[in-house]
Amino acid sequence: MNAEAAVFYVFGAITVLSAAVVVLARSLIYSAFALLFTFFGVAGLYVLLGADFLAATQLLIYVGGILVLLLFGVMLTHKLYDLDLRSEVTQFLAGIIVASGLFVIVIFVAVRTQWATGPGRPPSVTTAEVGRLFMGQYLLPFEAASILLLVALMGAAMIVRRRRDA
Amino acid sequence: MITLQHYLIVSAALFSLGMLGILTRRNAVNVLMGVELVLNSANLNLVAFSRFGSGNLQGQLFAVFVIVIAAAEVAVALAIVLTLYRLRRTSNLDAADILRG
Repeated sequence: MNAEAAVFYVFGAITVLSAAVVVLARSLIYSAFALLFTFFGVAGLYVLLGADFLAATQLLIYVGGILVLLLFGVMLTHKLYDLDLRSEVTQFLAGIIVASGLFVIVIFVAVRTQWATGPGRPPSVTTAEVGRLFMGQYLLPFEAASILLLVALMGAAMIVRRRRDA
Repeated sequence: MITLQHYLIVSAALFSLGMLGILTRRNAVNVLMGVELVLNSANLNLVAFSRFGSGNLQGQLFAVFVIVIAAAEVAVALAIVLTLYRLRRTSNLDAADILRG
């Protein structure tokens, strides 16, 4: 087993095990902090795949933004003296059946298909090329995404605003 | 030797776990965490195909767009959850039946 395989198995195990904790933990706070490790594991896999810019983005936006937002969501939707912060679980057996069925199907497709793998991309610094593509070939989606973000954030602020006249 | 299939298997596990979270949890914030797991698994697939495929960066660019949309989705969804909490004093999704006839 070479170094790449060892790193892959470590990060893959971190990702999958903490994702299982996210889904199965009784307490919302445990789920949120396990999600932190899932995001770190996925960022490590990105580094292993040669996507350095994407790994940094993953850490900044997911860990720095989305996870903090989710923690705010947990804190704001529970009374502060409500210490256990439990999350109800329903239809557990049906959920297990559907999720494991999906897992088997996806694994079957992933292993049995002859993927058209090409020459591949040797790990190299990607930031400059990603920036060039965003400012060139993919300028329109880039601008559309920025407008989408603006609209979504303004909409979120509008939805949660307390109305004076209400 | 780590191949494309290894990454696809990790991604499939992430996807199924996220799906399980979406299906079985009743707390809205917890369902959102499941959605994040599913989006992360899709991103992992995109980057893996970008690495082992024809060798261009388009998969990574697409993953950046997915991250942007995930951020927007979480912001709006949490706003809705907060409004639901103000209205019903709970973030249980079964309480969101106001539109039911």
